[in-house]
Amino acid sequence: MSIGASLKRLEDYNLLTGRGQYVGDLRFPDQCEAVIIRSPHAHAIIRSIDVEEARRLDGVLLILTASDLPGDLRPIPMRLSPDPILEKALQYPLAKDRVRYVGDPVALIVAKNRYMAEDAADFIKIEYDVLPPVTDAVQSLEPGAPLLHPDAGTNEMYLIHGKKGDAAERLKTCEHVLKEELYVQRHSGIPMETRGLLALCDEDERLTVYGAAKVVHFNHQLMARLLNKNIEEIRLIETDCGGGFGPRGEFYPEDYLIPFAAMRLKRPVRWIEDRLEHFKATNHSREQKHQVTVGFDGDGRIYALRDEIFFDQGGYIRTHGTTVPSLTQAMFPGPYDFSDIEIVTHLVLTNKTPVGTYRGPGRFEGTFVRERVIDMVAAHLKLDPTVVRERNYIRPEQMPYSNGLSALGQVIEYDSGNYAETLDYARKFMGWEQFAGKQARAREEGRFIGLGFASFVEKSGFGPWEFAEVEMRPDGRVICKTGLTEVGQGITTTLAQICSDQLGIPYEYVSVVHGDTDLVEKGNGSFATRGAVVGGSAAWHAAGLLKEKLLEVAAGQLAVPVDMLALKHGSVVYAEAEQVAMPLDELLQICSDRGITLCEKYTFHIEHMTYPYGCHAAEVELDPGTGALHILNYYIAYDLGKAINPMLVEGQLIGGMAQGLGGAIYEELKYDEIGQLVSGSFMDYLIPTSMEVPEVRAEILENYPSPLNPLGVKGAGEGGTVAVAPAIANAIVNALQEYAIPITSLPLRPEHIRKALKQMKPRTERRSAGPTG
Amino acid sequence: MTEKTAESSRLKTITLKVNHKEYTVDVEPRMLLSDVLRDELRLTGTHVGCEHGVCGACTIMIDGRPVRSCLVFGVQADQANLVTVEGLESEDGELHPLQKGFWEKHGLQCGFCTPGMLMTACHLLEHNPHPSREEIREAISGNLCRCTGYQGIVDAVEYAAKEMRERAE
Ligand code: FES
Ligand code: FES
Repeated sequence: MSIGASLKRLEDYNLLTGRGQYVGDLRFPDQCEAVIIRSPHAHAIIRSIDVEEARRLDGVLLILTASDLPGDLRPIPMRLSPDPILEKALQYPLAKDRVRYVGDPVALIVAKNRYMAEDAADFIKIEYDVLPPVTDAVQSLEPGAPLLHPDAGTNEMYLIHGKKGDAAERLKTCEHVLKEELYVQRHSGIPMETRGLLALCDEDERLTVYGAAKVVHFNHQLMARLLNKNIEEIRLIETDCGGGFGPRGEFYPEDYLIPFAAMRLKRPVRWIEDRLEHFKATNHSREQKHQVTVGFDGDGRIYALRDEIFFDQGGYIRTHGTTVPSLTQAMFPGPYDFSDIEIVTHLVLTNKTPVGTYRGPGRFEGTFVRERVIDMVAAHLKLDPTVVRERNYIRPEQMPYSNGLSALGQVIEYDSGNYAETLDYARKFMGWEQFAGKQARAREEGRFIGLGFASFVEKSGFGPWEFAEVEMRPDGRVICKTGLTEVGQGITTTLAQICSDQLGIPYEYVSVVHGDTDLVEKGNGSFATRGAVVGGSAAWHAAGLLKEKLLEVAAGQLAVPVDMLALKHGSVVYAEAEQVAMPLDELLQICSDRGITLCEKYTFHIEHMTYPYGCHAAEVELDPGTGALHILNYYIAYDLGKAINPMLVEGQLIGGMAQGLGGAIYEELKYDEIGQLVSGSFMDYLIPTSMEVPEVRAEILENYPSPLNPLGVKGAGEGGTVAVAPAIANAIVNALQEYAIPITSLPLRPEHIRKALKQMKPRTERRSAGPTG
Repeated sequence: MTEKTAESSRLKTITLKVNHKEYTVDVEPRMLLSDVLRDELRLTGTHVGCEHGVCGACTIMIDGRPVRSCLVFGVQADQANLVTVEGLESEDGELHPLQKGFWEKHGLQCGFCTPGMLMTACHLLEHNPHPSREEIREAISGNLCRCTGYQGIVDAVEYAAKEMRERAE
């Protein structure tokens, strides 16, 4: 059985030997290179653009401004959760008369190479009338705030209102009420490979575009629509991809501009985003302010929850429409059973880079806020925070459980799970029972240690469907075509394992083909942790159909009932005794002689998402003098129903944790008041290095398989990320109990902790919030 | 002056020894070594993640020392001995113990940081055959990886160190 085995990845050999083919590695004769000129202002009217001098320079082949693009060109539409209300704030590939963030594309230059194109960029003269910018979502709603899209008439593009019961009424009757304001900063995926595209146009006007990622088939359709071409006239090809994490692979202005330039020039045009450009141009994510009110009783049972969320969208609506804010809101209650809920989310425009998804979209933010609030409730009542969690969890017998809210067009309905169980694992592993004693002893030595927990529910397996086609060649090799894409997560190996399991052949015999619109007939792509669940199930079924076909032929040949036979170890076997009935190559020869094609397709549909879940726990030590944080121990318990390849799942959890840690402590896309991005290089946007990321113990649990798919899988892409910030924040608060420092915003920088410590006098009496609390 | 001569007057001829092979190329003095390797020599195993010296993806060996090739001009490497990821395998195609280690221990996901990581780790193991996990972490701390959380990489380097020690015995 290869499902469930930690097999080595099929992807790795090429990547380890320098044979990988990332988009920047490709080269065609006559290839030239594009550079994009971007707005230096956060908000301005474009007065004039003079390109004449630049046009005359050596090596310059093409310069485009908005006026060179077709007059009927439409803006880039939304891919997920579209809404007509948002259409007034969509982005055109080049800014027409106004720029709305630093980095807004204004012109494109193509030259013989990038050095020449960058030279030419210096000769383009653009006159701007600078307008006052707005860089804060709450300020952007104030009367008199500059309007970003005057046509829309408001900066508040959308309001999401979710309700179950009557939270306002319920709050009036609660014994205790707590109101808090919390904030999650802007940061993003920042993959190590920046975006890039390489577009070629034949003499007969057929376009080939390399560098697509994530949602290749969707972008294929969209590219055809925007370029006014037939879908058959365009081929999109995915190359190796140096990290996805959400932002990469969406349809951006450049996905129109580079193919357009190739069509105009009839020569291959390459564009590789540089790192400084990446920080301004590629989707940001996460920035949200929350105003939460919870009502609870003296035991910590929470009854009512209200939250008003201010979501900073940046200058335009990009391809995700309302995806992130609606996920924040719908997943906000997490693993808890609250009877009355009301959440309002304002989607607000500001003069900053537009936002989209980043690993755990909405959940990273919501989990931070909610899990901090749980600890605040516990602190308020002087209770053990893990006990407060326990008292509020949805119980296994309540499954399937709907929290009454919806996102992505479906009501949230948790399929299965036991949330208390993962907390138990975490408590046990971290020694919570004994921690108060350990902490007291440490304090006697002058050390400040703390332990914090955070529970979460993730979602995965977003539908509505995914496609697979599995073919067995006469030599026994298998080709599995999938609508998924590879962004480094190992989908090739995962699908190979699934096919190998069905067909009883080594997984190395399976070649997985993905991300080529000429070769794969359709697909939705890799996002929202849907790969193993939806694409994996499609491959499972397609390979299953193929297996049935093979066994039928074998049964006819051997004159036995088909259910007596199975495929194992490269043979047809008698199912019971596992005794070889016929080698597979003999069967393949028979099929080939009879002209039987061994190729099956399957489109797997799924109506509801599935919900993996777990618990993070962090033990930290703080230096009260400097505010420096040291992670002593980190643990994740994650129940995902079934792991196809536990090694890859562990890799996802640990890698995801490192990204969550970045968001928790280090990373911030910070703007000054005139809208300049002040953390726009790796010198000041701090990604955790090997010195900051601790050893992580990831426990993979398979206790509650999903009833919604044949594999029982729940997906592993995001659970490592979403609960890091609250686990660490809660640990910090636990370490500094007597200071009562207000940890309500991210990132948790040492300087903030240091400052808070200076301002707070220790409370005289040390409160106990340990397990006996 | 024609376009061609204007360009060629700016070019300098340099000789690079890369992975035991000699290359002579004409490059503009301002061309980064990373671009020379990737675009002129077509050795695209060396990756560029930032071009400002922070991510370490472009790390190669120059005369036995790990160097960020995006911070060096091609002309500065004239006559130097370079090793890139393409030079790690042995002549007969056997993978370097580090490459094996990364494969065994799931030391890579997207693989983009991997060539730089391998070169940095290679230098570590040449100088310290018995690194502790802490020492490994310190050695690779100038190479950013966005996918793995480093744990698999540290495991991989440990694995390779052991393998190399056993080979040496
Ligand atoms: S590309 Fe050279 S250090 Fe980042
Ligand atoms: S493996 Fe993707 S950046 Fe390291």
